[in-house]
Amino acid sequence: MAQPTTEPEAPAAPEESVLRRGGAATAILRAFVVRREASIVLVAIALVIYFQSVNSNFLSAGNLPVIAQFVAAAAIIAAGEVMLMIGGEIDLSVGQVFALSPFIMFFAMEDYGLPFAFAVVAALLVSAFIGLVNGTITCLLGVPSFITTLGTLFLINGLTLTISDGFPRAVPDVSVANIFGAANYSEFIWAVVIILAVHTVLRLTPWGLHTVAGGGNPLGAREAGVRVNYVKIGNFMLCSVLAGLTGILEAFQIDSIDPLAGGTGIMFQAISAAVIGGTALAGGSGTVIGALVGALVLGILRNGFTLQGVDAFTFDLILGIAILVAMILNVYLSRMRRQGKV
Amino acid sequence: MAAPNGNGDRLVAEGIAKRFGAVVALRNVNLRLGRNEVLGLIGDNGAGKSTLIKILTGFQPPDTGRILIDGQEVQLKSVKHARSLGIDTVFQDLALINELSVYHNMFLNREVVKKPLPFLANRIMKRRAREYLDDIGVQIGDVNDEVARLSGGQRQAIAVARSVHSDASILLLDEPLAAMGAKEGAMILDLVRRLRDERDISIIMIAHNYVHVLEVCDRVNLLRGGEIIFDKPTAETSVEELTNVVVRDLRAARQGS
Repeated sequence: MAQPTTEPEAPAAPEESVLRRGGAATAILRAFVVRREASIVLVAIALVIYFQSVNSNFLSAGNLPVIAQFVAAAAIIAAGEVMLMIGGEIDLSVGQVFALSPFIMFFAMEDYGLPFAFAVVAALLVSAFIGLVNGTITCLLGVPSFITTLGTLFLINGLTLTISDGFPRAVPDVSVANIFGAANYSEFIWAVVIILAVHTVLRLTPWGLHTVAGGGNPLGAREAGVRVNYVKIGNFMLCSVLAGLTGILEAFQIDSIDPLAGGTGIMFQAISAAVIGGTALAGGSGTVIGALVGALVLGILRNGFTLQGVDAFTFDLILGIAILVAMILNVYLSRMRRQGKV
Repeated sequence: MAAPNGNGDRLVAEGIAKRFGAVVALRNVNLRLGRNEVLGLIGDNGAGKSTLIKILTGFQPPDTGRILIDGQEVQLKSVKHARSLGIDTVFQDLALINELSVYHNMFLNREVVKKPLPFLANRIMKRRAREYLDDIGVQIGDVNDEVARLSGGQRQAIAVARSVHSDASILLLDEPLAAMGAKEGAMILDLVRRLRDERDISIIMIAHNYVHVLEVCDRVNLLRGGEIIFDKPTAETSVEELTNVVVRDLRAARQGS
C-alpha cells in the first residue's frame, strides 16, 4: 500500500493517484487502504486461519458461542463509543452503566412490581438519563468528556454497590430470557442488529452526517447551523443506553446480576474494539462496522490464546501491541488519504 | 447598481454599537447595501469587521442600533433566523467539513431526505450539487471527493455555492481571497461578479487587498475604530486614495493617542 511515488512530476489530477493506475491487484490493494474496515477484516481472517490450524477446536460448536458472547458485549458498547468518538468525545462510564442497568430492572420488578418489559424500559431510561447527565456536563458546562465520565464512572459504581449492598441477585425468571441474552448467540444477534442499525444512522441519516460534522469541524458545523451539542448529547444517551442494554443481556447470559460485572474491563474492550476497527479519538472519522470487526479480532485473540494456554499477562501484552499497530496504521493511512495518494 | 437613496436598499444597518466589557468593538456603524450591489468592506485588524459580520449574520445581537431588510426592521435572533431572511455568511474558516464529501458539505444541515424514513437522499443531493456547481461555473472534479482534497479556491467556491444554493440573497463574504493564488482568486472574483449579475444577489465582501476590492466591488466602505469613515463608489476612488485614507487615519490615530 505504501508505494512511493517515483515520478518527479506532481500528479496531474487528484484522480491520477498512485494506486489507481495499476491493475486488478492494486485495485484490491487500494480497496483495503481506502475502506477502513477492510484491512482489519483481513487481520481477523488471518487470525481465524492461524488459530484453527493450531487448534482444531477453535471453530467448534462448543467454542464459537464463547467467542460470540465476548464479541457481542464489546461490539454493542463499541457502537455507542464510535458515535461519541467521531464527535470527539468518549464515555468511560459505560462499564458502570452496564452493571447498574440490570439492578434497576431487578428492583423495578422486585420492589415496584413492574412487569418485565416495563422494568427493562425503566433500566434503559435510567441509562439514558446518565447519558444525558454526561452529555450536559460535557457540552453545556464545558468539562472534557474524559473527566465528566471519569466522575460518573465512580459515582455510578458507588450507586450500584449501594443499592445492591454489594451482593449479586438472581435474574428474573421470565419466558423471554432466551431472547434477552440467555440463549447462545442471542447476544450476538443483538450485536449484529445494533451494529447495522447504528451504522445506518451514521452513514445514511442527517444525524450521522451531523455527528461527523460536529467532530470534524465543530465551529464550522455550528456556523452551518448544525446543533452540535444536541447531537453530541444524543450520542451520549445512545452510548449509555447501549451499555445498559448490554448489561441486561449479559446478566441473562451469565444468569446472575453482579454489581462488579462490566466495569472498566468491558469499557476498555469496547474502546479498544472501536480503535482497532479504525475509529480515531480525534473526531471526525470512524466506522461502526469496523468496531464489530475490532471486537471480533479482540475476541479471536483472547479466545485463541486461551485455547493455546497463553496466560492473561501475555494476552495483555499482545493486546497492547495490537492497539498500537492498529493506531499507527490508522494515522498513516488517513494521512495518505488526506494527501490524495490513494 | 446601488440606488442613490435608501429606498431600494436590500440591507441597512443603522447606529450599530457593540461592546465586550470595556472594549468597544463597534461605536456607531451606518451601512447600506443596495440591490445587486457588491460592497467592499475594508479596515485594519481590530477595526470591528468581524464583529459587524457576526451581528449582520445573527451570530450575536448589537447593543444598540437596528437592521432593516428591504426597509423592514428585523431582529436577527440566530444564524438560522438570519438565513431564513436570506442573509448568509461565508466565514473565513469556510465552515466546510474536511471529512465530508463536496455534496454533503453543500447540503449540510439542509439535507434532502427520503420519505417516510428520513434517510439521506444521496443520489438526489449528488445530482443537484453537480448541476448547481456547473450552473454557477464552479469546476469540481467529483462531488464525491472529500473536501480535504480540494484547493483553497475550490473550497471557497463550494462554501459560496452552498450559501447561494440555500437561497441566500444577501451574502457576506469574509476575506474570500485570503491565502489564495492569483488564478484561484480570479475565479472567486468571477464567481462574485456572476452572482451579482445573474443571480440577483447582493454581496458584502470583506477584503484586505484594495486591488481586488476595486476590481469587483461597486462601492467601498472603510471601517475604522468601530465606525464607517469612508463611503464611495469604486468608480470614484483609487488604490492611492484608499491607501491615503488609511494612512492618514493611522497617523491621526497615532497623534491622538
